[in-house]
Amino acid sequence: MQAYIARRLLALVPTLLFVSLIVFVSMRLIPGDVIDLMLAQNDIATGQDRARIEAALGLDQPVYVQYFTWLGNVVTGDFGRSLWNNVPVTEQLLATMPITFELGFLALIVALTVALPIGVYSAIRQDTAGDYIARSFSLVMLAVPGFWLGTLVMVFPSVWWRWAPELEYTPFLEDPIKNIQHLIVPAILLGLSMSAVTMRMTRTMMLEVLRQDYIRTARAKGVGEALLILRHALRNGLIPVVTLIGLQAPLLIGGAVIFEQIFVVPGMGLLLLEAVFQRDYPVVSGVFLVAGASILLINLVVDLSYGWLDPKVRHQ
Amino acid sequence: MDTNLTGPLLDVQDLSVSFRTDRGIVRAVDGVSFHVDAGETLAIVGESGSGKSVTALSLLRLLDAAGSIDSGRVLFDGENLLDLDARAIRSIRGDRIAMIFQEPMSSLNPVLTIGKQVAEPIRLHRGTPWQDALREAERLLDHSRIPDAPARLKDYPHQFSGGMRQRTMIAMALACRPKLIIADEPTTALDVTVQAQILALLKELTREADSALILITHDLGVVARYADRVAVMYAGRIVETANARDLYGEPRHPYTQGLMASIPGVEGSIGHRLKTIDGQPPDLARLPPGCAFAPRCERATGACREATPALEPAGNGRLAACIRL
Repeated sequence: MQAYIARRLLALVPTLLFVSLIVFVSMRLIPGDVIDLMLAQNDIATGQDRARIEAALGLDQPVYVQYFTWLGNVVTGDFGRSLWNNVPVTEQLLATMPITFELGFLALIVALTVALPIGVYSAIRQDTAGDYIARSFSLVMLAVPGFWLGTLVMVFPSVWWRWAPELEYTPFLEDPIKNIQHLIVPAILLGLSMSAVTMRMTRTMMLEVLRQDYIRTARAKGVGEALLILRHALRNGLIPVVTLIGLQAPLLIGGAVIFEQIFVVPGMGLLLLEAVFQRDYPVVSGVFLVAGASILLINLVVDLSYGWLDPKVRHQ
Repeated sequence: MDTNLTGPLLDVQDLSVSFRTDRGIVRAVDGVSFHVDAGETLAIVGESGSGKSVTALSLLRLLDAAGSIDSGRVLFDGENLLDLDARAIRSIRGDRIAMIFQEPMSSLNPVLTIGKQVAEPIRLHRGTPWQDALREAERLLDHSRIPDAPARLKDYPHQFSGGMRQRTMIAMALACRPKLIIADEPTTALDVTVQAQILALLKELTREADSALILITHDLGVVARYADRVAVMYAGRIVETANARDLYGEPRHPYTQGLMASIPGVEGSIGHRLKTIDGQPPDLARLPPGCAFAPRCERATGACREATPALEPAGNGRLAACIRL
């Protein structure tokens, strides 16, 4: 088991290298570099200034030299400094990461609390009105873009009821209730968009499991419906659903960019968005590395959870 | 009902079951009646599609959503199981009537331990604490000759062979000392060498527990060794019932005779062609008028194709459904 985990962790390295390379190159391919943006804010700057700034930021060197210098620093844990405000990227990541993870975690809880019961219900009551309503709801959630839904939630309640979602961030440790009040709306929206696929998968898997011989065996033993679902069916049906949750991890990060922007959550998504606009190369690279590593780690945890769900995997 | 004390343990009367299929409603079981006395072993024999498994599942109302019981009564200890509400039938399943299924590979839950699955009916019907139910499960598994039962309690089904899984199913069925066990082709999926062991075990343990047994099979060799009485099914109907010995000594219905003739014998069988019944089992969606066996029957006449023959006494307490007898 430890050997397996070690192997999986080692496999992260080439993937992350690849991610960093793509991000490094693509950022420099976007028209308008960081020096142009800096000079645009200062009318009296001259060509000489440009060369001086480039040299100061290390951008006068060939791109591959920049990449390897940066990579060498990352290996020692130094992600560099922001080109704009000279704050260490590590510091910025440490400040924003927990916020995004909290948002993602809350969204995941919302997604599961919505998707699992409705998916199970839909399967037990297959082809009834309730099933159709649940499936239509999931289709709508699949189709509606998050940014549009987020905007609606921002605008309409304030027009109708003079109520607006909380937009001021409070650290969790300072005031947990205020913190949740702020994050709960984006978490619900993000969770609902995630729940659509999970719900459909839960429904499909439950239908599949409920047809199995061992369910009939359980019925023949006198097991009641509730116990039949909870003890005999759910765990069997959950294995692919858990895989899906792992596969949806990128959606959490991607969704965070949108919802953090709309609801002014100072997380990694917002940091990334601003960094991209300002061509703040080290910050963008740092965020992508952390996000990439998180997604890979989530999927590792998912793979490990099979062992708990499926005894066959455990014994291999 | 005043027949509780004197009547049979299980009395199935005029049971009809149909299925909704793509090709319309198909009647899988058509007016089947039989009874089982306490402690007795009744074999229900027939080809695939003859309705024997559907009959078995109907007794405990375990048909899937496509199947429905159209008519009939299933009197168990004088109580009609078909009239009971969901809760009442659940309290009988696994307690007073237990079932063993055909596929040991898929009939056990892959994510629950063997011990838990065997202990479950005890916990459900007796309210025994898990700890004690598991101890009882250990005893039952040991009794079903699972080697090293205490250690295997925590195993999962995939760690068991087919034969051991079927032993587990038997242990599970016996957990609450049921009055009736329904075994639906319990050995069909097993190796031939294991089949005999499992059947012998099943027979021994049911006798020990004083349970009646309905043994559903397509294997007449099994019937000969283990059954007291036999009901032969064809196209959803019972065509002949008799004591096992009588049926073997002198099969009356032409279908039963055909089945008997197609059993491979030991002596002189090499080089001899196995006798078969010509034709195919009928399509239940398109049953011929009259006797369903008539198209394959050597003795059929025009009259056979006109009316469905009723099950009538044919001497020696046996019943047969054939107008040519």
